[in-house]
Amino acid sequence: MSDLSIDLGSLKLKNPIIAASGTFGYGVEFTSFLDLNKLGGFVVKGLYYEPREGNPPPRLVETASGLINAIGLQGIGVKNFSEKILPQIRDFDTALIVNVCGDDENEYARVAGYLEKKEGISAYELNISCPNIKKDGRNPAQDPEDTYRVVRSVKQVSSRPVIAKLSPNVTDITVIAQSAQEAGADAVSLVNTFLAMAVDVETVKPKLANVFGGLSGPAIKPIALRMVYQAFRRLQIPVVGIGGIMTAEDALEFFYAGARAVQIGTANFVQPDITLQILDDLVLHCRRSGISRIEDIIGKIHADSSGQ
Amino acid sequence: MSNSPGYCQSFLLPAVHDFDILVSRIQTGIMVKDPYARIIRVEKENSYCLLSLFSPSIAGQAKPGQFIMIRVSSLSHPLLRRPFSLHAVDKDCVEVFFQKQGLGTELLSEKKEKETLDILGPLGRSFSLESGMKAKTAVLVGGGRGMAPLYFLGKRLAESGTDIKMFYGGKTSSDLPLRVKCENNGFDISCSTDDGSFGFKGLISTLFSREIKKTGPAMVFSCGPEAMMREIARVCREEEIPAEFSLESIMGCGFGACWGCVKRIRRNNKEEWVKICEDGPIFPLDSILWDEEQS
Repeated sequence: MSDLSIDLGSLKLKNPIIAASGTFGYGVEFTSFLDLNKLGGFVVKGLYYEPREGNPPPRLVETASGLINAIGLQGIGVKNFSEKILPQIRDFDTALIVNVCGDDENEYARVAGYLEKKEGISAYELNISCPNIKKDGRNPAQDPEDTYRVVRSVKQVSSRPVIAKLSPNVTDITVIAQSAQEAGADAVSLVNTFLAMAVDVETVKPKLANVFGGLSGPAIKPIALRMVYQAFRRLQIPVVGIGGIMTAEDALEFFYAGARAVQIGTANFVQPDITLQILDDLVLHCRRSGISRIEDIIGKIHADSSGQ
Repeated sequence: MSNSPGYCQSFLLPAVHDFDILVSRIQTGIMVKDPYARIIRVEKENSYCLLSLFSPSIAGQAKPGQFIMIRVSSLSHPLLRRPFSLHAVDKDCVEVFFQKQGLGTELLSEKKEKETLDILGPLGRSFSLESGMKAKTAVLVGGGRGMAPLYFLGKRLAESGTDIKMFYGGKTSSDLPLRVKCENNGFDISCSTDDGSFGFKGLISTLFSREIKKTGPAMVFSCGPEAMMREIARVCREEEIPAEFSLESIMGCGFGACWGCVKRIRRNNKEEWVKICEDGPIFPLDSILWDEEQS
């Protein structure tokens, strides 16, 4: 049996398969389909301090091998989460990661500060990269100083590992990733969705009420992979890979490119138990390929590639 | 499962919040993923298609108004599953009835008998059968393929001795694909077409409005185009007839995880975006804020 355990700084995972925020509800939606105890971890839907309305519909449009969403982070707020949801999910034997949102750096710190008093949370992932909140999809992860400020403010109140979730809608991901590292992030996860749109040629209107949304799914995988590769080369902190992963082979690509763990997103909608299918296939692959520790293959292509 | 909170509510929507439904989800655990539901019958007529799928685990608990999510392709395009309301349950089989109108339904209509489909279900809340049974008459108002779940409901209510009255509308006679089937099942059905090619010439809501006054105590159930349901809702409010509506949306997952399929709903004197897949697809008359009513 291969050793699939991995650490993201002080966050220990039993395996590198994590369900991604925004695609896994609050975890409870999936208990009919899979045993959450088997996951490396799961990231609950993004939480602001207060409940949040979200965007008007249509919020979704499917494109070639992809999905554009403009949910707008509708959610129940950190208090409802702590009182009603957390008691149901904190006893699972897996890393419970809370995705933290805010309108400014103070709110991020306020949400994390509130959660500090609650037991059963393994880490925070800072959603500094949602494209569906501000006009033109702007978010803190598009600016190194904004990124630094948010990460710093949460680090100052947090006793738990902090993961900064980065946006792909930037000219140079390494600049933002380094900024998160300097601010004290324990890890970065990338990528969030790509700012995108679709047009209805019958009505001659955008297909999303919000006009823009975030593209996810297999369509974005090669670009996400390239960004993980770039971030890995520049960072000392761990990188978590996200973007269109549907199979164990996809996940392996990210490991070889430098991701110490991966998050499975849109695929959860299609196959609610896909995380465990990927895990099973990963175990098989490791056995067949003589990989005794997943740790040994992380970033392996970098040893052979030059430049870039 | 019928006693669990969050399912099979009466037509007055109680104080249910998302997290209450999440709690009930854990208690019930009724969703089933059946990756190998075998197609045992395919029927096609014009642009319409019926599939009967052998899936005892889903058939055993499915109720009228609920839906299933079908993966139409094992490839990454189309990526998402498609939602289909249940048209009938026959022993161990569930039936869906749909119209070809896009890549997903096109691919699905090409499936053959003995092939298998990957399905999830039963999903969502059902029509309130109890309210239907309590009424002297259950009035089912469908538009086009929207008759599909009402047929299932009509069969169940008729079995329990409830009188059924159906109204069925379409643009033209070919938009009434389930008319003959309903007639053959002995349902009292009145039809309308916009062009007068079959039945009353005009909107089904006009015919409904005229006839409903003669029915006496009734409960209305409706499924069809939003413009039609909005008109039916208006008449029901004027006549003070309780009603339930089956709403439709693009869905990302079908089981409450993506928050993509929302409708404006009023509950506890508050308006909010509510998930059609989980809190619906069946909603009571008083809770729905049709597009022009939203504040």
